[in-house]
Amino acid sequence: MASCVLEAPLRMSVLSEVTASSRHYVDRLFDLDPQKVLQGVIDMKNAVIGNNKQKANLIVLGAVPRLLYLLQQETSSTELRTECAVVLGSLAMGTENNVKSLLDCHIIPALLQGLLSPDLKFIEACLRCLRTIFISPVTPEDLLYTDATVISHLMALLSRSRYTQEYICQIFSHCCKGPDHQTILFNHGAVQNIAHLLVSTSYKVRMQALKCFSVLAFENPQVSMTLVNVSVDGELLPQIFVKMLQRDKPIEMQLTSAKCLTSMCRAGAIRTDDSCIVLKTLPCLVRMCSKERLLEERVEGAETLAYLIETDVELQRIASITDHLIVMLADYFKYPSSVSAITDIKRLDHDLKHAHELRQAAFKLYASLGANDEDIRKKIIETENMMDRIVNGLSESSIKVRLAAVRCLHSLSRSVQQLRTSFQDHAVWKPLMKVLQNAPNEMLVVASSTLCNLLLEFSPSKEPILESGAIELLCSLTQSENLALRVNGIWALMNMAFQAEQKIKSDILRGLSTEQLFQLLSDSDVNVLMKTLGLLRNLLSTRPHIDHIMSTHGKQIMQAVTLILEGEHNIEVKEQTLCILANIADGTTAKELIMTNDDILQKIKYYMSHSNAKLQLAAMFCISNLIWNEEEGSQERQDKLRDIGIVDILHKLSQSSDPNLCDKAKTALQQYLA
Amino acid sequence: MGIGLSAQGVNMNRLPGWDKHSYGYHGDDGHSFCSSGTGQPYGPTFTTGDVIGCCVNLINNTCFYTKNGHSLGIAFTDLPPNLYPTVGLQTPGEVVDANFGQHPFVFDIEDYMREWRTKIQAQIDRFPIGDREGEWQTMIQKMVSSYLVHHGYCATAEAFARSTDQTVLEELASIKNRQRIQKLVLAGRMGEAIETTQQLYPSLLERNPNLLFALKVRQFIEMVNGTDSEVRCLGGHSPKSQDSYPVSPRSFSSPSMSPSHGMNIHNLATGKGSSTHFSGFESSCSNGVISNKAHQSYCHSKHTTTSLNVPELNNINVSRSQQVNSYSSNDVDMETDHYSNGVAETSSNGFLNGSSKHDHEMEECDTEMEVDSSQLRRQLCGGSQAAIERMIHFGRELQAMSEQLRRECGKNTANKKMLKDAFSLLAYSDPWSSPVGNQLDPIQREPVCSVLNSAILETHNLPKQPPLALAMGQASQCLGLMARSGIGSCAFATVEDYLH
Repeated sequence: MASCVLEAPLRMSVLSEVTASSRHYVDRLFDLDPQKVLQGVIDMKNAVIGNNKQKANLIVLGAVPRLLYLLQQETSSTELRTECAVVLGSLAMGTENNVKSLLDCHIIPALLQGLLSPDLKFIEACLRCLRTIFISPVTPEDLLYTDATVISHLMALLSRSRYTQEYICQIFSHCCKGPDHQTILFNHGAVQNIAHLLVSTSYKVRMQALKCFSVLAFENPQVSMTLVNVSVDGELLPQIFVKMLQRDKPIEMQLTSAKCLTSMCRAGAIRTDDSCIVLKTLPCLVRMCSKERLLEERVEGAETLAYLIETDVELQRIASITDHLIVMLADYFKYPSSVSAITDIKRLDHDLKHAHELRQAAFKLYASLGANDEDIRKKIIETENMMDRIVNGLSESSIKVRLAAVRCLHSLSRSVQQLRTSFQDHAVWKPLMKVLQNAPNEMLVVASSTLCNLLLEFSPSKEPILESGAIELLCSLTQSENLALRVNGIWALMNMAFQAEQKIKSDILRGLSTEQLFQLLSDSDVNVLMKTLGLLRNLLSTRPHIDHIMSTHGKQIMQAVTLILEGEHNIEVKEQTLCILANIADGTTAKELIMTNDDILQKIKYYMSHSNAKLQLAAMFCISNLIWNEEEGSQERQDKLRDIGIVDILHKLSQSSDPNLCDKAKTALQQYLA
Repeated sequence: MGIGLSAQGVNMNRLPGWDKHSYGYHGDDGHSFCSSGTGQPYGPTFTTGDVIGCCVNLINNTCFYTKNGHSLGIAFTDLPPNLYPTVGLQTPGEVVDANFGQHPFVFDIEDYMREWRTKIQAQIDRFPIGDREGEWQTMIQKMVSSYLVHHGYCATAEAFARSTDQTVLEELASIKNRQRIQKLVLAGRMGEAIETTQQLYPSLLERNPNLLFALKVRQFIEMVNGTDSEVRCLGGHSPKSQDSYPVSPRSFSSPSMSPSHGMNIHNLATGKGSSTHFSGFESSCSNGVISNKAHQSYCHSKHTTTSLNVPELNNINVSRSQQVNSYSSNDVDMETDHYSNGVAETSSNGFLNGSSKHDHEMEECDTEMEVDSSQLRRQLCGGSQAAIERMIHFGRELQAMSEQLRRECGKNTANKKMLKDAFSLLAYSDPWSSPVGNQLDPIQREPVCSVLNSAILETHNLPKQPPLALAMGQASQCLGLMARSGIGSCAFATVEDYLH
């Protein structure tokens, strides 16, 4: 009975809450009695908890500016200021619109100002509110970095309590996007300040600190190299991370520490054959891909694993045999499953939301797995419906999936066997050509790279690709601002021209135009130059082709060759150029373009006596082709070359210690004897 | 070469996996063979220098292999029980090194076991309990309350019942009576205990001649000990020093008692008034569920030191023996401890421990040392000649009673042994350090006390065991049964883990 009496007033207050309008709460904030204002804020706090409608009402009624005013007033009691921060934090917990309204009222500077208070409870309330605001997707993370003193103050506050530690780490890990932010935090001593939190007694602090390191170290060699030497309580960070990978730890913790170790490994801070990578990180990430994990975890696990093994064939081999990973990944394509569609709308929604992410993650991981090892590629392609999935992926609406599918295709296209078989069976060139139309550069780079492989002479896809207008596309790529695209464009053209028929060669030349050809020959990038020379060399093969092309473009080509031989280029470029000359010298009519060009002849002579044997050999090919006996006019050419002193050099070279040069010189001299 | 598993009786001249009840992973093609001559693509091939591991999971009856420390994924599911590790060699001169855990494994099996331990524990934690709201909590409260009542913690029981809105089935006076008798037994004052029992429950001992006999045998032992009232009044000891349970809180605390429990006892022993009762109630509650850290870690270390590649199998063995031990200690240790000042009492929680034999022995050593230090010279019947004579006389009566019992109820080996053991005490010049000296240990009063308590409760149509103890006993038995039936998950579940 006694307890009933006690409860009565409480019931009444609940009743009044329901009936009173939200207006009442706001009005009370303006009371003249500070004690009543405090009670008003506390009542408001209790009213808004978990009540999104109430939160929206209060915001509309203008509670936020008043709360901020009270929070900032020096005359307000600490208790009042703390309660204001708590209510604001509660409002921020609501919808994204709530957060937007708070941001519009300039809540962030006010809360940051609050952090300067000596009162810990108030600081914690401000940090909690800041945390809630910063983790919202509508808050621009740059707001954290507008004032340089903020970061150092936050670093200092890290020592105050487990709550400041948790909130600050959470703010950092959400606001650290890209190398600039990483550098700012790093320069403010983030590593030293946060490292010891990894062994905190509070799980939340440990977890948020770990998240901080995973974003700080991501693709950041500087941070990664530092982390590897930091120790806490006599234990190095990599060891601490390995402990957090243990299978009885929460999945979130395992996954995040695997990300830290992955970043450190990719930065070179940990060797790829270190047992903490091979026996701990890699198996952990494979486990994250298993069906038992949540969809989000599987996406993150696969992406991280793809990154870890991307450039190391040994890790690729280990991953490929671990827990049937290749088969496990096939499951990533089964969402939304046909079951979920019928039985459970909620599940279908969830599946749909993650389906794209799952597919692109699987493609990425397949791409990494198959990057170097032919056996692995074979295993991937033999996975159920793999080629169909790639082909479908190439035409998906999500650009992320398309890009990942192209990456996967590119990786697999390095296999000669697959080019000849499954690539042909599934006509992958069709969707690939489609992807290349109006695609963003990132996609074009990978797609054109793949196209390069599909245009190799042994590839059966070569013909249909040509017919679908590839030349035009590739020629346009060579004009791109993007270096990788220029390289890929000209590379693909080079492959295309290899042992091609006359018509294709003419088409390429026409499509490219001589102006563009010259442009490419003077490209600042040596790769572009090399591939362009390669293209020229492929164009100038077999006698009829040589004569035909030289008859139409002879003048320009000779000019270009001269230019390069005179310019400052490396040995490979000069060698390639001399090989072009040798090809020209192989033509019937084209020969005359050299013989009548004294300048070129002098250059050939010069390279015959060059210190580099490769260049000497290449120059000698030219001479051989020019003086070959059985061809018409060989006598005159032999005479002319003897006149400019070639024979003397040949004699000298026939004494050379290099057997190749020696043989070649002797064969050439025999032409004179016959 | 094939590595795998076979049941008993499988042809040893063929590679594992080819025949029925035989499973294998073959190095030449990397295929797995599941009782069939045709293999399935499974893993990579293996050859000289490779380390192949084979792990059977007895929880989900699957098997996976490892190559050089890398898990290759599940090879077989739905495996039958009782498989033996098998290696089949085909090529002359082939050599295999087998490691059953004598060296560390390349694969991190400890980590794998950690995951499964966590899984099993999560499964237990998430086990659905009663749908209706509050039902579960009410049941728990009833269990706690009945436990308190059973052991006669009347003040605590009252306070607990009050705060949880429960009714106590037994009358308060009845609880207090039981409490009085128990106190006497635990203080070694058996004569008074028997007398009081006969006064309060006139027909009880008449109907239970075996119980009366057991009480009398205990009385005889206490006479030898010099603690029974009949000899004590004849002896020269100051009653005060003999009056209370003659051991310090430390020595009678059973292995799994937490330190805080010990402190409690001090509080309760010295405190007076209702506030003390209340704090007693609170701490008793918590004591009931806090188990000793040291003991827990002992369990854990036992699990973790098992590192065979077929880990669960081993763990079952370990846990099975543990279960047996703990069950036997249930029987022995079920007792209540009392303080002579009457209002404050607490349980030693002996049956919560599930202590192993090893622990138990250690405890006995402890107690004996305590006695040594407190009573430097121990004398038969407290050293009084008159008391010795009384004891001898009582012994003769006991002998006569035993013979009468045999005539009336037939042979009873337990009784016979009990009497023989008790009389054996007289064969030694120093009974305390004799091979039968442990009878004199005050802790031996506890089983007698418990039996008497149960008998009294039965006359009131109340359960002779509190439901809490029953539930725990049942859980332990279940785990034992699971182990015997080859249900592997019991390896990662112990009752002790949940007594905290």
